[in-house]
Amino acid sequence: MAILEVKELKVYFHTRNGVVKAVDNVSFSVDSGKTLAIVGESGSGKSVTCYSLLDLLPKPPAKIEGGTAMFNGSDLLSCSPEQMRHHRCNDIAVIFQDPMTSLNPYLTVGDQLIEPLIYHPNKDKRERRVEARLKAIALLDEVGIVDPVARFDSYPHEFSGGMRQRVIIAMALITEPKLLICDEPTTALDVTIQAQILQLIKKLQEKRNVAVIFISHDLGVVAGIADTVLVMCNGTIRETGSTDDIFYHTQNDYTKKLLAAIPEGAKRLQNRSDETQKIIQVDNLKTYFKNQSDSSNNPAKEFVKAVDNVSLSINHGEILGLVGESGSGKSTLGRSILQLVPNTAGTVRFKGETLTGLSQKQLVPWRRKMQMIFQDPYASLNPRMTVFQTLSEPLLHHGIADRGTVNAQVAQLMNEVGLAQIQMHKYPHEFSGGQRQRIAIGRAIATKPEFIIADEPVSALDVTIQAQILDLILSLVERHNLTMLFISHDLSVVRYISDRVAVMNKGLIVEAGETETLWKSPQHAYTRQLLKAIPLADPKSERLRMAGVWA
Amino acid sequence: MSDSITAPMDVIHEKGSSLWQDAWIKLSKNYLALLGLAVLVLLVVISLLTPWIAPYSYSAQNLDLGATAPSLQHWLGTDVFGRDMLTRIMYGGRVSLMVGFVATGVALVIGILWGAIAGFYGGRIDALMMRIVDILYALPFMIFIVLLMVVFGRNILLLFLAIGAVEWLTMARIVRGQVMSLRHQEFVEAANSLGLSQWTIIRRHIIPNTLGPVIVYTTLTIPSVMLLEAFLSFLGLGIQPPESSWGLLISYGVETMEEYPWLLVFPGIALSLTLFALNFLGDGLRDALDPRTSKD
Repeated sequence: MAILEVKELKVYFHTRNGVVKAVDNVSFSVDSGKTLAIVGESGSGKSVTCYSLLDLLPKPPAKIEGGTAMFNGSDLLSCSPEQMRHHRCNDIAVIFQDPMTSLNPYLTVGDQLIEPLIYHPNKDKRERRVEARLKAIALLDEVGIVDPVARFDSYPHEFSGGMRQRVIIAMALITEPKLLICDEPTTALDVTIQAQILQLIKKLQEKRNVAVIFISHDLGVVAGIADTVLVMCNGTIRETGSTDDIFYHTQNDYTKKLLAAIPEGAKRLQNRSDETQKIIQVDNLKTYFKNQSDSSNNPAKEFVKAVDNVSLSINHGEILGLVGESGSGKSTLGRSILQLVPNTAGTVRFKGETLTGLSQKQLVPWRRKMQMIFQDPYASLNPRMTVFQTLSEPLLHHGIADRGTVNAQVAQLMNEVGLAQIQMHKYPHEFSGGQRQRIAIGRAIATKPEFIIADEPVSALDVTIQAQILDLILSLVERHNLTMLFISHDLSVVRYISDRVAVMNKGLIVEAGETETLWKSPQHAYTRQLLKAIPLADPKSERLRMAGVWA
Repeated sequence: MSDSITAPMDVIHEKGSSLWQDAWIKLSKNYLALLGLAVLVLLVVISLLTPWIAPYSYSAQNLDLGATAPSLQHWLGTDVFGRDMLTRIMYGGRVSLMVGFVATGVALVIGILWGAIAGFYGGRIDALMMRIVDILYALPFMIFIVLLMVVFGRNILLLFLAIGAVEWLTMARIVRGQVMSLRHQEFVEAANSLGLSQWTIIRRHIIPNTLGPVIVYTTLTIPSVMLLEAFLSFLGLGIQPPESSWGLLISYGVETMEEYPWLLVFPGIALSLTLFALNFLGDGLRDALDPRTSKD
């Protein structure tokens, strides 16, 4: 029986620039013990749909224009604030995307966990602190927190991202809800942690027979856990059906496009690597940071060893993929090679010339030859500079263009990265994420560099945009004969783009080799673990894998 | 959002515009801010022309007349010495506006540079520069002023210096905080990897992004500087009667508030008018200088 039945939901945003139909005529239902996945790219309305059920939307600008959401016989959209509070406390729980910001840093996790029990709106249902504490500790144990009695009194910053997400799951389940809404619960997590959290959610759901709505932008993630899938785009439903139907008998063109955009398989371009010419040579590089949080006089903890004795070399024309989870030191390694952070020891050589130990002034001529593309296209562009100003800065600074030719050169750059020239005098906020990343790529290739470090250039983008940007990067690498260090946490992306791969863990490179060789026969245990955790857009193998791990 | 791979080839030459040109276009559509600007310009023009257009002398006393309410001869009344209030407010505006703008300008320049440098370089340079700020904060203001008076004697330039020297401290702190959060943004790192000089990065990438809070704080500083001048003058450390300033007129007006309310009301209106105009203009400027607010 359906526990939640949403019919013809319409949520419009009344903004200064007109009405935005965030959710338009969306209907679905969820059964107890089943999982509905809502999949869509950013701006598709998938989060708005779920937030409107719990009255979590800012009103105004949002306004529910129509529809019903019958939950256990009462309409969530038209109930009083009092009733809504009752539903939130007893029946419906939400897990949010970012485990770093969804816990209050000033309260212990235990205090936050028992809040709904000891401050229950219904006074008869309020529990005493002691009882609530026991309940919470049992639940922490169930979600896999080691030593839950001691951890009950820990503060959120003492937990890792994955552990925090476990705490948040415990928080959601403590009121024994009948419906659990998961809003991208694994997006901010590493791939190995993601696999664990997905299994945990599945296991808890089966045990408690709760209905789950799982919101995600990633079809691969939902393949293993969803019973039905709803694909949304621009506020409307594009396709809905059982998971197998969606993946194996895809009807809708948009769903097909989504599935096709998932990077899969090996690189299709030929390897242009020239082994006789080394562009970058790194020998025994160490980058340590002073440990700010550690006050004990333990000499072993005085430094955070972000990069610890790394040696690698990159051939001319090669794309070297650098994979690792967050905190592995991969970004720091990239910045160390570019001399953007001071190196503690070791040498970095660019075409045989030693860069380590040069002053900022001495580095200027080298900077022109080495560029970087950053992860976050929202933070990497100065919000107060137009596209023209951003792109002309490197051209003018390095004397590649003068006042007379700069207009034409900027226009050519924009053309090369696929931006329309009428947008030359617009500011970054007027562009979408993918277009901004194009601007950032344009800035990086403006100085005609020989070597580019791309630090997670597509991880902040939607999957269809991601595919376009990857193709743009590949075409530019080929056209300009570039050498690239491609840093990413996403193994599928790295496989799609790299000639050779280096795997990094805890400041060390644990394994390196030709991409396909490494994929087929990984030598190091960590590499095997990483490769095993990649979610595939294939429900059958995903289910097998999940079941296999539990058994 | 569609990201097209191919771009149209026709070059459209739109006139390039700087942040300030854009800001002006946006400001010119904000009527409240324009009104504020107009009022300020009017006040400044009147102040500049005062010696020629003032109806009476600011110092000539007419003790027989005494304090009279506004009339056709004296539009804003006269003070207890029989001096025309309109004239005194006009002359007072010269001092007040000058102190307000110059002292704030001094505070602005020192504060932004000091804060930007401390925040950008961080580490020891930051620690040293901010300790200097702390020491100046801790120094009692009155003792500081008296010391300056003893050493340099009393003059109006000293007044600017003294007020500016106090007001830039808060500005430096605000800017430093902003810069510290901007310093690790990726666009600053990108500028670094382009090989731009540190000074260029501060000037082009950091300072423009601190403008919002700075402008708001500036519009709050100008009136507080004017009142500070009144306080100093009241203590005999600023300007002296028969010269006047708005602050001084207000503090004398307060004493005779019950008998002769117009002595308080009119200089009060002059100061409030300036304050309103500054706030409207400041809000308008903040919005205009932020490209994220739309042009239309």
